[in-house]
Amino acid sequence: MNANLISDLKKLLGPRSVLHEPEDLMLYEYDGSVEMARPDCVVFPRSTEDVVEIVRLAGRHQIPIVGRGTGTGLSGGAIARNGGMIVSFSRMNRIVAVDAENQRATVQPGVVNSDLSAAVEHLGLHFAPDPSSQKACTIGGNVSENSGGPHTLAYGVTTNHVLALEVVLPTAEILRLGGSALDAPGYDLTGLFVGSEGTFGLVTEITVRLTRNPEAVKTLLAIFDSVDDATETVADITARGITPAACEMMDGWTLRAVEDYIHAGFPVDCAAILLIDVDGLREAVEADAKDVAGVCAAHHAREVRVARDARERDLLWKGRKNAFGAAGRVSPSYYTQDGVIPRTKLPATLRRIGEIGKKYNLQIGNVFHAGDGNLHPIILFDQRNEQQFRDTVRAGDEILEFCIQMGGSITGEHGVGMEKDRLMPLLFAESDLALMRRVRDVFNPAGLLNPGKIFPTSKGCGEIYVRPQTAAAPTA
Amino acid sequence: MSASTAVAFSRLAEIAGEANVIRDSAELAAYRVDGLAPAAAVRPGSTEEVAEIVKLAARERLAIVASGARTKLGIGAPPQRYDIALDMTRLDRIVAYDPGDLTLGVEAGIPLRKIVAALAEHRQFLPLVVPFMGRATAGGTTASGVDSPLRQFYGTARDFTLGVEFVTGEGIAAKSGGRVVKNVSGYDIHKLMIGSLGTLAVMTRINFRTFPMPRQTRTFVATFREAEAACAFRHAIAGSALRPQSLEILGVGSDGADILGERTGLPFEAGRWIAVVSCAGNEQVLERCRQELAMLARNAGALESFDEVSGEIRAKIGSCVAEFPAAILTGAPNAAIFKIAALPTEMAELARAIQSTQTPWALMMRGLGVAYLALMPAASLESECQRILGLAGKPPWRHVALPWCPASLKSGIDIGALQFPNLALTKKLKDVFDPAGILSPGRFMGAI
Repeated sequence: MNANLISDLKKLLGPRSVLHEPEDLMLYEYDGSVEMARPDCVVFPRSTEDVVEIVRLAGRHQIPIVGRGTGTGLSGGAIARNGGMIVSFSRMNRIVAVDAENQRATVQPGVVNSDLSAAVEHLGLHFAPDPSSQKACTIGGNVSENSGGPHTLAYGVTTNHVLALEVVLPTAEILRLGGSALDAPGYDLTGLFVGSEGTFGLVTEITVRLTRNPEAVKTLLAIFDSVDDATETVADITARGITPAACEMMDGWTLRAVEDYIHAGFPVDCAAILLIDVDGLREAVEADAKDVAGVCAAHHAREVRVARDARERDLLWKGRKNAFGAAGRVSPSYYTQDGVIPRTKLPATLRRIGEIGKKYNLQIGNVFHAGDGNLHPIILFDQRNEQQFRDTVRAGDEILEFCIQMGGSITGEHGVGMEKDRLMPLLFAESDLALMRRVRDVFNPAGLLNPGKIFPTSKGCGEIYVRPQTAAAPTA
Repeated sequence: MSASTAVAFSRLAEIAGEANVIRDSAELAAYRVDGLAPAAAVRPGSTEEVAEIVKLAARERLAIVASGARTKLGIGAPPQRYDIALDMTRLDRIVAYDPGDLTLGVEAGIPLRKIVAALAEHRQFLPLVVPFMGRATAGGTTASGVDSPLRQFYGTARDFTLGVEFVTGEGIAAKSGGRVVKNVSGYDIHKLMIGSLGTLAVMTRINFRTFPMPRQTRTFVATFREAEAACAFRHAIAGSALRPQSLEILGVGSDGADILGERTGLPFEAGRWIAVVSCAGNEQVLERCRQELAMLARNAGALESFDEVSGEIRAKIGSCVAEFPAAILTGAPNAAIFKIAALPTEMAELARAIQSTQTPWALMMRGLGVAYLALMPAASLESECQRILGLAGKPPWRHVALPWCPASLKSGIDIGALQFPNLALTKKLKDVFDPAGILSPGRFMGAI
């Protein structure tokens, strides 16, 4: 790395806001995915002005820039694939303004997702997107990846809650997109920007919608002796026109791992459970809970429990949200997929995932947003076993290929990043991707921003995936 | 017409078939946009034909305006050039409907009423209850960016459009998004299409998320003397546990009363503000809504006339709220209708500012802060329009657009010249999709 650039950056930000020693950089070479690459330096801006100057310097030195929140992403979005500079937003973590009456908040990108909800709880409000990593992940990261979460089934994903953005383009230009009032004039640039995975610009301020807390919530735990019964229940709930606030599924293997870890009270001798939230007015919640329980019973649920109080409900949800962590406790490494399928295809898809696991002799746990067909198979592997790693990636690809065959998608909320770029041609024609590249070039003409993401880097797909040479895989 | 243009028009028949090309000037009058008629109209029957036609037009630099039922072509600036009307109404099929998945894929030219009927069979619906509902198409509704009262609960098209297939200005068929309800693969290019007035691409297929139809809905009406009181009612609902499906506040100036009064059967008069709230749910939920809304209305200072409306009057009110621009234009074809966005807490200030205008007016404010202001034909109309456009950006006039403007005023009020943020970037995007500048040239703000 150019010594002049480091000294310029230190002059700009102060010596404690620039990391460039190998032992420091090691901490930034991975995120929540299985990918790795070491940046050349990491900088910590405190203001939009800092970001502008950083981008200017990077431009002058022609080095790549990669934005990063807290590195919880699951697709390698925050990894400096081609080296260069990581811009960490952890010090831009101020809630700038809360407008309770209009149900809006303006935040810096480094604000942790659940911190915002905690800060407005006394107002009876919350920020609806709730990724499982919400206690650690940042809202800037949520915007870049268009993150989801269990309750996005009823409330929508990040893009449905973002009203305005301040962004810095790689040209050092500051743009303000959208506005606090609805329907800003012009093309919907805010909608285009959300989910662009850090390839358009660096987000420096975000105005989001806050959602009123429901008056009542009921959490149901439905226990099944067969995975098919559980998946058919989900399809039937949707078909009957019931929209739960969340509808999650965990299979028996995952339940046992979670129960060992969290002691949430999940049954360990069943094939699958559904964790279902219904919320709204008291009267509606009563009726919906009864309807949901009825559908579960019709599909041979062994038992349907209703959480008695907030403590029990929180514990069940803690179990769900720590499922990945639980997998990390029992396996040296794991690989999480994010495929989406039409909900009616759940039973067939889960069967197929089981077959793929058998074929490669891999343990695959399933924990996912069943209500919207967003699967998270967790494939366990040991990174020291090269063959097993290759099989893991192949199994993951086969699962996603099946999702595409079912009319679905390769990612519902984690992003394409550097993990699934090679699969994009299965979903999009070359002309679609060419158009997307040209749209990217409007914002990021020199390709300095988060290079090597989203778009396949080599021709075609299905080539043998070579694992990056790294020391250790992450645990969650 | 140059010789090559004449050849180009004859090529249209080769692409779409003789029967689907219109050259007769009397028939072409139906495709006029702001008084300008095209030289030809063509009705493609497939995406491939659309692509061929656009390619041809790009090669010959012929300007295309795509349209469906042509109910909202008045929105936007007059086209700078207009050679070919691309009539999308033959692309009117439901391509995929999976009730169990709550997803729907349609061709862009399909009438919304056809969607309504197909979905109703499975007790589902699309929350697009928009002006000219009886004729409007899915593509026209999406491209024009009109909203629906149901946005209070369900959001706008951007919230439930899952993906779009389209043909760019170079005649390249492409897509973004997908068919499933959750998907973050690739850029959300389809969001750009919503409200773009056909200036980026010709949409050929749109995938929507559908919704289960509520078991029951009810509509309540509360009347207030002051806009402040009506807005206080709105704020009280927003702060309550109720989640209404729609919430509108309507008011009129002294001469604006007739149209809304006739259309709704409600006692509109100057100095009266009427709030219309719809709720959905089971019997107990709706009973609770009635009681709570009555209390909130009383606390906000409503006149004694809080009530549930039903039957014909409910239908009339519902249609007036959904069809506000259409209702106004039917009664006053030369009215100008603004779309104004304020923060919800600024709505009362907006209403007050409007009350002082000398031009006859009618106003509908949605609970989310988006308002439609109709100014009736009057000598002062043009100057009043200019004045209001000049207020854009100053709260409560945070965003001001003039979607419906009589053609006669469009020479005086250059809608195409209206400035908005990020114009340079917007132009670059336009160039990516339509480098030859043949798709609805000049129709969008900023002369795009």
